[in-house]
Amino acid sequence: MARMKFLADAERCIECNGCVTACKQEHEIPWGVNRRRVVTLNDGTPGEKSISVACMHCSDAPCMAVCPVDVFYKTSEGIVLHDKDLCIGCGYCFYACPFGAPQFPQDGAFGLRGKMDKCTFCAGGPEPDFSAAEFRKYGRNRIAEGKLPACAEMCATKALLGGDGDVIADIYRRRVTTRGKGSEVWGWGTAYGRPEKQPAQPGAKS
Amino acid sequence: MRRMLMVAVIATLPLIAAGCGEKLTVTVYKQGQYQGKPDSQPWDNDQFKGDRVAWEKAVKARNVGQNEYERIAAH
Repeated sequence: MARMKFLADAERCIECNGCVTACKQEHEIPWGVNRRRVVTLNDGTPGEKSISVACMHCSDAPCMAVCPVDVFYKTSEGIVLHDKDLCIGCGYCFYACPFGAPQFPQDGAFGLRGKMDKCTFCAGGPEPDFSAAEFRKYGRNRIAEGKLPACAEMCATKALLGGDGDVIADIYRRRVTTRGKGSEVWGWGTAYGRPEKQPAQPGAKS
Repeated sequence: MRRMLMVAVIATLPLIAAGCGEKLTVTVYKQGQYQGKPDSQPWDNDQFKGDRVAWEKAVKARNVGQNEYERIAAH
């Protein structure tokens, strides 16, 4: 059985936030909850790198280990899901997660923590597939429709890959060996030219 | 009195020994046996009607479709 994983290619991400928008739209995520977000390192300087981050569906998920009410489970495809009916909103999973994936909707005027919400790899939850309760609590179940997560499928540059870990690792490996390194990398060299093709500076020693 | 003391010591011993126990802190994977509701398999629905092979084929096609080197070569 496939082991579902996300793979983010920092060389390709153009920080368009298409994945964030696709996720929000697909699951009708409320304001203040971001199941997926784009993080940019060295923002504003040449060579900045962006990466799309959400729940990475860890093989040995720390959120599962720390949850005091044991609401997490892992599907046969390796997707980490949870039962919102049991969640007490304690926030332990938020502290344990290295990616900041768990989100807590702000309920009411005093900012009470609601039940935890996170990326489901578009696999819904323990409610019956395609039911109204599943959509309301967890969002759309694309996996049960034979599809992959909306964020990965909507990514324009295919910087975000999602699906069977072996397959997307093969795609990424081929990509890396094809594009080379440095300015040969897809995007930068194509847009601005490679260093060896730039005209020599006047007065420079040959 | 001495007998009462002996009984109290014997009764306390298991409690003292229990304190030395060490429980695993790593969660063990338990499909459908966690505290919440059990989930169904993604192919057990009206669309795939329990056909796991058809579901895997559909997902695999989407997986491979992410490889633009293959997509460009196919056209």
